[in-house]
Parts: sequence; C-alpha cells; structure tokens
Amino acid sequence: MSPELLPDLTLILLLLIMAWGALYAPQRSDAMTLFIAFGVVVALIWARLDAPDLALAEAAIGAGLTGVLLMHAARALPDELHRRNRTATYWGALAFAVVATLMFLAHLLTDDSLLNAGLLDGETDMTPRLRSLADATMGDSGVEHPVTAVLLNFRAWDTLLELLVLLFALSGLRQLFPRESAPDDHATSRWPESLALMAAWARVLAPLLVVTGGYLLWRGSSAPGGAFQAGSLLAAAAVMLRLTGLLPPLRWSSVWLRLAVVAGALFFLTVAAITGIWGEGWLTYPAAYSGLLIISIEIFATLSIAITLSLLVIGEWEDLRS
Amino acid sequence: MMAAGDVLGSWAFYAGWAFMIAGCGFFATAALGLLRFPDLYSRLHAVTKTDTLGLGLLTLGLALLDPSWRSCLMLLLIWLLVMASGAVNCQLLARYNLEQEEEDNHRVS
Amino acid sequence: MNTLPLVTAIELYLTLGIAVFLLSLHGLMTLHDPIRRLIAVNLMGAGTFLVMVSLARRSEVPDPVLHALVVTGLVVAISATAFALRLIIAATKADRRGGKPEP
Repeated sequence: MSPELLPDLTLILLLLIMAWGALYAPQRSDAMTLFIAFGVVVALIWARLDAPDLALAEAAIGAGLTGVLLMHAARALPDELHRRNRTATYWGALAFAVVATLMFLAHLLTDDSLLNAGLLDGETDMTPRLRSLADATMGDSGVEHPVTAVLLNFRAWDTLLELLVLLFALSGLRQLFPRESAPDDHATSRWPESLALMAAWARVLAPLLVVTGGYLLWRGSSAPGGAFQAGSLLAAAAVMLRLTGLLPPLRWSSVWLRLAVVAGALFFLTVAAITGIWGEGWLTYPAAYSGLLIISIEIFATLSIAITLSLLVIGEWEDLRS
Repeated sequence: MMAAGDVLGSWAFYAGWAFMIAGCGFFATAALGLLRFPDLYSRLHAVTKTDTLGLGLLTLGLALLDPSWRSCLMLLLIWLLVMASGAVNCQLLARYNLEQEEEDNHRVS
Repeated sequence: MNTLPLVTAIELYLTLGIAVFLLSLHGLMTLHDPIRRLIAVNLMGAGTFLVMVSLARRSEVPDPVLHALVVTGLVVAISATAFALRLIIAATKADRRGGKPEP
C-alpha cells in the first residue's frame, strides 16, 4: 500500500461515514444534511478519478439541487415516525456490508482468472473497443471534448431520451396538483425575517451563476462543461431567486414557459427527424454542420434543463396549476 | 552553482508548503471547536474562521506553489467567494436560530 | 499461490462503490421513513456511479462513454427523486384525509 493512496483512503473513509450517517442518523434533518455533504465528497472523488464533468454535475445536481429538493419537500411531511429499529439491525447492516465488501475485495485481488486475463496489472491496454472507435472518429464529431462528443453525437439518442425523462417527471408532478385544490399550508408559510440577508446574497449570486453557466455551456465543446452542468447552475440561480421571493411564480399558464420547457426536446427531435428523413440516418449529423448542430442543440437543451429542474425542485401550486 | 531563479523557486516551495500546513492547522482547530463548543453560536464562530483565514492560508500556499497569473487569480476569486458565502451562511443560521429561540421564549412565557 | 498485486486506487474505489450500494440497500429494506428510503435509493445510485467511473479510469485517458452515461444517470436520478417526493407528499395528505377522495 503506497503512500500516494493516502488521500484516496481518507476520501473512502469519509464517504463511508457519511453514507452511514445519511441513512441512520437519529434526526431526519441530520440525515438530509449528511446526504448533501455526501454529494460534495462524491464530487471530490470524481475530481480524483479524472472526471471533471462529473464533478461539476455532481456538485450542482447531486449535492445542491437534490439537497434543496429534499429539504423543501420535507417541510410538508409530518415529523418522522419514530419506529426505531432495534440496535441489532444497525450492527447487522454494518456487518453485512463489511463482510460482503471484504469478500468482493478478496475476489478482486486474488482471483486467478482476473490476474491471468491481465485485468489488474495495468500493462494490458484496458481501453474499451467503443472508446477506440470513438477516438478514431473524434475529429469528425464536431467538438473536441470527448465526453461532449459522446453525449451529443455518438450517444445522442440517450441524451434525447434523457430530456424526455425530465419532461415526463415534470408532467407527472403536474398530475399531483389537482385542479381545484387549495394551496398547501407549507407553501405559504411566513418567511423568516432573516431572509432579507439571503435576498441580498441571491442578488449577488444569481448574475454570477448565469455568467458561469453560460461559460460552461460554451466551453463544453472543448473542455469540461456542457449543457447539463450549465443548465443546473441556471436552475440553482432560479431556485435561489424563487425561494427568496425575488422571482415571481413561474406560471404554467404562460405559453413562453411551456415553450421553454419543451424547447430542448423539441429541437432535438426536429434535428433527428430531419436527419432521419432527408439525411443519412436518424441522428447522423452531416459532417460539415455537426459542430454547429451540437452547440445549438446544447443551447436549447440548457434552457429546457434549467427551467425543468427549477420547476421540479421548487414548483408549487402557484407555479404548476393550469 | 545555483541560479538566482532556483534559490527563489525553492524558497517559494518551502513557504508554500508551510502556509498550507498552517491552513490545515486552522481546519483542525475548527473541527475541534465544532465538537467541543457548547452552543450553536460559538460553533458557528469556530467554523467560519476556517472560511476566512484557514482557506486564505491554504490558497496562499497553493498560489506560491503555482505562481502563474491564471491560477493565482482563480484562487483569489475562489477565496473571496467562499469567504462571502461562509459569512452569509453563518449570519443566516445565527439569525434564524435567534428568531426560533425568541419564538420559543414567547410561547413559554 | 499468486502474490497479492499492488492495490491501486481503482480497486479501492470499486470496493467503495460496492460497499455504499450494499449499505444503502440494507437501509432501503429496514428504514421506515419514506424520505430516508429515498435517500437510500439515491445512495444506491451513487454507489453504482462509483463503480462505473472507477471502471472508466482503467484506461490511461478515462473512458468518455461511461462518463456520459453517469451524467445522464445523475439527471435521471434527480427527476425521479423529485417525482417520488411529490408522490410521498400526496400519499401522506391522502392518509391524513382518511382516504377520502379529492374534493
């Protein structure tokens, strides 16, 4: 065990403790806070594993937006049921996880077949075949950053479906606000006095977030960044402004809002249909236009992702009723 | 024979590491304070010190180790942003807690 | 017996992903509060992503296909979490109303 593994071991220990706390902390608010911290440490681990796109996305979406989502929704739920499990259950969980993990580690390190196949000695080239194919065609993809090329060119179908998943989640959310129901009590509760400071801070942060989001969107073609990271930063700005009351309710009845929500998926589908009917195939970009197509798809996608994520996180009855 | 640049380079190296270790010392004392202080306000006081001086020493050390303009500017901006957000968060938590306590006192009395 | 190869960071992170997944699976099965179970499901997702990203790190330059899949997974996870939370709130309100239909 070499000393350069020391930061990795520290991160691993930290993550295990936080996972334990996020699940089994006595108070639910503690569990939610530890879950946010868990997301931040996972972002650090992504940075350590040479995945900067993931670190950006995890910090913004996994830690930030999901944390706000949980805490905002938890106001509406009653106090936690205090049916505590017996202490033996917690020890059982720990024992089970430890034993299974050690078994996995032992298998990984000593299995003859793994060693003979050279999976662990770092000498065989582990580059997957898909990666080699991607490398060979990277020049034609229209962008220089490999992850963006994969997301928006080689696996564009997955990204299109992902935009549709966001839409499905939003329409599912809208189903749960019946037409004639009254606003929930928790949505119109009195804001605390201390919120004036947060409003001032939101006024400072929101322009910064917008600029950074735009920068990430633009740089996504040649450096870590892209539509999802930029969209989540914009959503964070919208959430902050909405929570402090600086932004009026995003009313679903406005046609511009609905257009913005579907713009990303709609544009993507249009490109796909055009390439399918008149081009070389479904989502096969013509080589000369692929860079331009990718950046325009990303722009619309960022808009949609930002609005959909903010509606998902803080959408209340005033925002989402028809 | 060492050139003048080498002498300066090694000085920056040692100074940078010294600053970073000092910054980490601040983080350690903040963790100690978080665990041992009796109530919310003193704990906030301990933790917010790291956002300012602790992180400042850390970024100063990092800037000495990589003295290019771009990284120094970015480190400075990061430090300013973390300081500002740390101060705002500390104030928000403390004020909210104070309000809750006053409400509880009103309800009891 | 083969000698134990040098443990690199990749195997450690693989193991960490498995450990987090198992821990949160047990949490999902034994916890009562719906929000904690939602946290457990998210942690299971995080464990899976850890396994995927450490597998991506085996080659010298990390595999972009797995990275792209994990970014997709993150966004899908938050959409599912948001929807699940609304369902929980609606179910809790229905319980409080005693199962009577919406007015």
